[in-house]
Amino acid sequence: MSTERDRLLRGWHLWACPLLLGFLLLSCASRESSSGSAIDYRQGGPSAYGDTIILGSIGDASSMIPNITGDSASHEIGSFIYNGLVKYDKDYNIVGDLAKSWEISPDELSITFHLRKGVRWHDGKEFTAEDALFTYRFMIDPKTPTPYAGDFLLVKSAEAPDRYTFRVHYSRSFAPALISWGMWVLPKHLLEGKDVRQSPLNHYPVGTGPYLFRQWKTGEKIELEANPNYFEGRPNIQRILYRIIPDSATLFLELKAGGVDWSGLSPLQYRRQTDDLNFDRNFRKYRYLANAYTYLGFNLKDPRFSDRRVRQALAYAIDREEIIRVVLLGLGVGATGPYKPDTWVYNPRVKRYPYDPEKAKALLAEAGWKDGDKDGILEKDGQPFRFAILTNQGNEERKMTAEIIQRRLAKVGIGVEIRIAEWASFINYFIKNRRFQSVLLGWTTGQDPDLYDIWHSSKTLPDEFNFICYKNSEVDRLIEEGRHTFDKMRRRACYDRIQEILAEDCPYVFLYVPYSLPVIHARFKGIQEAPAGISYNFIKWYVPKEQQRYTR
Amino acid sequence: MLSHTLKRILLSLPLLIGITFISFVVIHLAPGEPMSLQTDLNPRVTAASKDQLRHLYGLDEPLPVQYLKWVWRSARLDFGRSFAPDGRKVTEKIAERIPITLLLSALEMLVIILIALPIGILSATRQYSLFDKATTVFVFIGFAIPTFWLALLCMNFFGVHLGWLPISGLKSMNYHQLTPWGQLMDRLGHLILPVLVGAFGGLAGFSRYMRSNMLEVIRQDYIRTARAKGLSERSVIYKHALRNALLPVVTILGLSVPSLIGGGVIFETIFAIPGMGQLFYGSVMSRDYPVIMGILVIGAALTLLGNLLADISYALVDPRIRLGRER
Repeated sequence: MSTERDRLLRGWHLWACPLLLGFLLLSCASRESSSGSAIDYRQGGPSAYGDTIILGSIGDASSMIPNITGDSASHEIGSFIYNGLVKYDKDYNIVGDLAKSWEISPDELSITFHLRKGVRWHDGKEFTAEDALFTYRFMIDPKTPTPYAGDFLLVKSAEAPDRYTFRVHYSRSFAPALISWGMWVLPKHLLEGKDVRQSPLNHYPVGTGPYLFRQWKTGEKIELEANPNYFEGRPNIQRILYRIIPDSATLFLELKAGGVDWSGLSPLQYRRQTDDLNFDRNFRKYRYLANAYTYLGFNLKDPRFSDRRVRQALAYAIDREEIIRVVLLGLGVGATGPYKPDTWVYNPRVKRYPYDPEKAKALLAEAGWKDGDKDGILEKDGQPFRFAILTNQGNEERKMTAEIIQRRLAKVGIGVEIRIAEWASFINYFIKNRRFQSVLLGWTTGQDPDLYDIWHSSKTLPDEFNFICYKNSEVDRLIEEGRHTFDKMRRRACYDRIQEILAEDCPYVFLYVPYSLPVIHARFKGIQEAPAGISYNFIKWYVPKEQQRYTR
Repeated sequence: MLSHTLKRILLSLPLLIGITFISFVVIHLAPGEPMSLQTDLNPRVTAASKDQLRHLYGLDEPLPVQYLKWVWRSARLDFGRSFAPDGRKVTEKIAERIPITLLLSALEMLVIILIALPIGILSATRQYSLFDKATTVFVFIGFAIPTFWLALLCMNFFGVHLGWLPISGLKSMNYHQLTPWGQLMDRLGHLILPVLVGAFGGLAGFSRYMRSNMLEVIRQDYIRTARAKGLSERSVIYKHALRNALLPVVTILGLSVPSLIGGGVIFETIFAIPGMGQLFYGSVMSRDYPVIMGILVIGAALTLLGNLLADISYALVDPRIRLGRER
């Protein structure tokens, strides 16, 4: 019988071998395609046209008409294809985009945009004021499924007196109005009178922007090509390839293997996993403050947190520096208010809360919280001081931050429980119904400094964003004053004062502003960090001729 | 047999409707709405525009009305348009994803069968041998290892460290520059890791199943008879034992039909493969009800079909069932 077995075994080898061999052959064949070269990418070189930049993104775009989408991938792609009338420069000043210049009428109720002449849509038709007017009508059309109608519903009327002039009238002077015209302008001749949900432009966009659309393979990649007739000049980088790689670990491996040129890093990757020689040679890491801050917000309807001394005590008891050191590995700065430190509206002269547990205890004692029964937890009227920090699932940084806060607050005698909820129930069950005592969350900033939606006392309905129910009549007045004037100095005075009040009142413990940590292949030159990030001068980036990798 | 098949097909219709009803209710009961993921906590999005979106998608109607409308449309094979802003037809979205997933799962299944069945047979005929023990350990390692972890290890080793294999996706970025032969190799190269890593996890089930069936069959009287007749060991095993031992495996194969188009969420995510798993996951996360329902209906229909096929092929392979039914 043993001979039979041997024969069987031999048979197994016979068919297994070619299979293995085949795999080996394939592996070798595919190795040839990945080019290994000895070019020193750290060298500079003269500006040149050509090459492809491969962006790695976790999410796919949802439509090529960004005006009706809410996801960052669609917005990112949209910004390569379309233009607004105005845009932000690298320091967040508003500058012209499709509009060459603009005037605000003395009563601040009308804005007149003077449009660039000779700008052409990607299909060759000329861009005119009619397109701007159409975009406005498109945004306010109830049949348009856009989440951003709000800004445009404030417009009383709009008109296009001639081909290159576009004018809007408001019934009340409204400062955030100007940047709302950064909304992507859509081609009237292709969209007017059509159902946008069935428009081919969702898949084959036609814009005025620096890049022309080439193809979109859903879930796989989006390809764009430099627009030779772009009104600010042809971009240097010939092609943009937007690769969709949903897993961040895979994205990072692709980056290391050379399959992706530009992606974001986590603090851990930035500090610990990208310090080898290979990375040094091939990549350059950048950092700039993100348009976001993380905070611990108190439900001010909770009687314990309606006492300002308690909120301030908690702010003193939390060690921000420790959170930044541990959670962000030092890649962030402490937040002192709702603005990030490198913007014109930021006010550094506000009350600060350095880590001081003794002061925290003193403030708590002043508010009546004492540890009568010596169990390590403070009490007031027989009630121990315990509360829950609510945060959303899937954000490791927030979870770690909550744990650190928990430990620090335990030291001053406050028991903290951490509650983590899945996003949909987090919003619909906990936040909308105010079923929370405190919430650890973040806001994205960076648009206009207007704070109306988050801090005005009228914004406390279930679907609105002042869910901690902050009410301060002076803040209300200053917010209204700030948003209804275009005078930058007056606005700054308002927001300076608001920041002082918020720091004093402490409705949020403002925790940190994280850094954005993009990494880009070293062959791309001309990249400079600014408060607005790095992509503001993307069309000026270039790869010196001898370092170009993708030619065709 | 024909009438039996027909009866089964007719019986599965109410089942299908029941499945769609339960799915519809469950996904609508889950908290969140199609527009909420992107628009929640975005101060630029006003409550009024949310209401307007709700109205545009028909979500302000009562649930039973929504369901009946959906059934009425689906009965005419119109699964509607996706709630995603691109507003594409559900069928179009699914049709775009199915081939990739189908190819991968079919290859994976093929590799599993090619490796697992011989392992199962050999370890049964050589029970408790070193080969048996070694393969047992091997397949159980495959079963126990989390796929995503193994995938990442392989990607790091073969893709980054050795640079032999592409890491993710379906094609290289310089695909259009390659020769036709290079393009073929490129495509195949991209399939190697996903197929092998995917198959590794599936080996245990099939090989152990094959082994135990084989062991059971070898102990039967007719095998002893065959050996007593003086047949060679080879023909005893492959002619007499194997055919009977394969029978239950066929059932499992039939039941795997729906998984062929399901695709693995984690798996497709790790390898950046735009397949059905990703589409389904994405639609669930964004509460894209028409797409979710479309996929569920196809999945349910295929499961019922797979059952049916298993049933029929069972009858074809096993004369006892076939004859018993015809009598």
